[in-house]
Amino acid sequence: MTDAASPAPLSPSRAFVRSVLAPPQPPPASTVGAGAWVRTNLFGSLSDGVLTLLGLAAALLVARAVIDFAVLRAVWQGDSGEVCRIEGAGACWPYVTAFWKQFLFGRYPAEERWRAWLTFAAFFGLLAPLMIPRVPFKRANALLFFVGLPIFAYVMLCGGSFGLVEVETTMWGGLLVTMVVAVTGIVCSLPIGILLALGRRSQMPVVRMLSIVFIEFWRGVPMITVLFMAANMLPLFMPEGVDVDKLLRALVGVAIFTAAYLAETIRGGLAAIPKGQYEGAMALGLGYWRMMGLIIMPQALKLVIPGIVNSFISLFKDTTLVLIVSIFDLLGMIQGSRNDPIWSSPTTGATGYLVAAVIFWCFCFGMSRYSQWMERRLATGHKR
Amino acid sequence: MQTTREGRSGRPAIPWHRDPWVRGLVYQALTLIVVVVLGWYFVHNTALNLEKRTVAHGFSFLSTTAGFDISQTPIDYPKDASYGRALMVGLANTALVAVISIVVATIVGFLVGIGRLSKNFVVSRLCTAYVETLRNIPVLLQIFFWYFAVLGVMPLPRNSLQPIPGWVYVNNRGLYLPEFHFGGATGWAIAVGFLSGLLGAIILAFWAKKRQIATGRQFPTTVVGLALIVGLPVLAFALTGFDLTLVAPKKGTFNVTGGTEIIASAMALTLALALYTAAFIAEVVRGGILAVAHGQTEAARSLGLSPNQTLRLVVVPQAMRVIVPPLTNQYLNLTKNSSLAVGIGYPDLVSVGGIVLNQSGQAIEVIAIWMAIYLSISVGTSLLMNAWDRANAIVER
Repeated sequence: MTDAASPAPLSPSRAFVRSVLAPPQPPPASTVGAGAWVRTNLFGSLSDGVLTLLGLAAALLVARAVIDFAVLRAVWQGDSGEVCRIEGAGACWPYVTAFWKQFLFGRYPAEERWRAWLTFAAFFGLLAPLMIPRVPFKRANALLFFVGLPIFAYVMLCGGSFGLVEVETTMWGGLLVTMVVAVTGIVCSLPIGILLALGRRSQMPVVRMLSIVFIEFWRGVPMITVLFMAANMLPLFMPEGVDVDKLLRALVGVAIFTAAYLAETIRGGLAAIPKGQYEGAMALGLGYWRMMGLIIMPQALKLVIPGIVNSFISLFKDTTLVLIVSIFDLLGMIQGSRNDPIWSSPTTGATGYLVAAVIFWCFCFGMSRYSQWMERRLATGHKR
Repeated sequence: MQTTREGRSGRPAIPWHRDPWVRGLVYQALTLIVVVVLGWYFVHNTALNLEKRTVAHGFSFLSTTAGFDISQTPIDYPKDASYGRALMVGLANTALVAVISIVVATIVGFLVGIGRLSKNFVVSRLCTAYVETLRNIPVLLQIFFWYFAVLGVMPLPRNSLQPIPGWVYVNNRGLYLPEFHFGGATGWAIAVGFLSGLLGAIILAFWAKKRQIATGRQFPTTVVGLALIVGLPVLAFALTGFDLTLVAPKKGTFNVTGGTEIIASAMALTLALALYTAAFIAEVVRGGILAVAHGQTEAARSLGLSPNQTLRLVVVPQAMRVIVPPLTNQYLNLTKNSSLAVGIGYPDLVSVGGIVLNQSGQAIEVIAIWMAIYLSISVGTSLLMNAWDRANAIVER
């Protein structure tokens, strides 16, 4: 027992002591390779095996139904819904071919659509470098995106100046409206949300109470009632003769609603900043606004970027609600065209929904992946 | 704050216009003035506008006869019912769809959330796919999909599908199930049996816990409790002589009559809301389970608890503390999302209110009623939640 611990010189009584490590044995065949993986991950026990088989069956059924509908039984060509009305027809793709421009721009006049294209291009052209951390000039880029782009988009889309024909917002529609509502919503609600978050953490009781009431009121009601309210009551609030554009009403509703949610997100970020940061800023002699603007907010906002992106995702999905107050976003265009007398067929609606679902899914999934990636990147180990 | 107060009384260190206390007062007064002026401006304009439109205001319209039909009336809605009654029916419909969706969403959500953590590769991937697909598609689109693309293309009533021939019918108007008719006092007896079983199970659970704390002896609470909850109603049913008749729906040329009807919009709304919210609940559940430190499981196992006991006595109670607050949030979201019923004409509070709004022109009043109802649901839930939080906070010793 004792000489196992002490490296005593080898005594002749010992027959053999290994002086070199034995070569490692290969792991048992039952724990390596595809077979073992299948055994541990798929058929670990009887119930596991049953679950695996059930799961595979369900996956196959869903995949088969989707492929069957979208590819195998789909109708690919035709000039009217007639071709899709045959028994057992799947997706009606000619409908999408005929209507995709409406899906994108609604009733925006055909000869003016280049303006919408240009706005889309400017949007993505400014967004892409903003989202890639390595690209320099972030400050200028952000300024262009949050200030320049809205002005550019307004001039471009509304027209009426610089020799552009005026296009009323009632003509707008499709993905264009979805993007306009979502982007305006987030750009306008971010500053309001920041102010509300600051107000809610303020030491002034009046400001704090007002902020709490405002935030909790809008968070407590469904967005659809907010839109109804904006559509019906905003005109009443304005003095006589002031006509508020229908899209603008919805935008106001969306911005206020989102601001309340953003305020709570940002408040979370503010709460996560250590007290020392405030004290340090005050010790340096900074006033409230400079302390917030230079020290606290940059850190807090950085912390809540994922939260802001998540708010944006839900805002993006919620833009579909504007169709209920008769503004035709992407889903609204599909609702409007699926019963088109020429194109209506049993599968027209499903085809349109499939297209909309794929578009929304790509946007939202992309954004959520981006936010997760950003979260990992920003996790600098300073988490308390 | 402290130092400046001293400065105010003693040293003339800070001029009054730099005193944070004075400044605070001024800022608050300014804010209040801005808010009041803005509010007055809106109210003033509204009053002027309303005067011009000569719309009567106030809530007296609630007693006017509504005169429109509602496709689903869980509470009585006679022909000459008032707007107020119509709104009550709407609220009942909202509650109905919200409660059923919450139950379904919770079951699906917990299964998917736990499934995502499964060691089984197929199961976890499937659950991930479910979550990532459903939560990234707008819920209104999902409601439309179920209503227009799935239920809307079901056959006409005369060609109704019959999953169970003669008993269950599906057509583009909805789902028709046989109706349970309990004869005489059977229905009451079963209800009483169920309630007393529930009460008994709760009392039993308290007693068993008390005895276990005092003596260490365990009692099979779950099995006996379930037996009580199921057994007593069955016993009541048996004692009253199995007095049950099933009334099958009858298929006519234009409609299916009799039986229990579940209208298509209710089905679409419930399915869409439940499946959509389940994706979020799954994430909440997964987060909650992951939040329980692994050491807890290891400690429980090393104390000799079985995997089942570890889950039931150690992991779940701690996970629930993390899960419940966001879970209630999801329930609230679901309830608020049920207002999307207006998109497919399911007669919920907002749909019915919309009709009332259009017919009576009382926009402000109707919107105020909506807001008040949804706000009281939200505020009530958060008060309950805060109470729960306090009761279940970790007791630090």
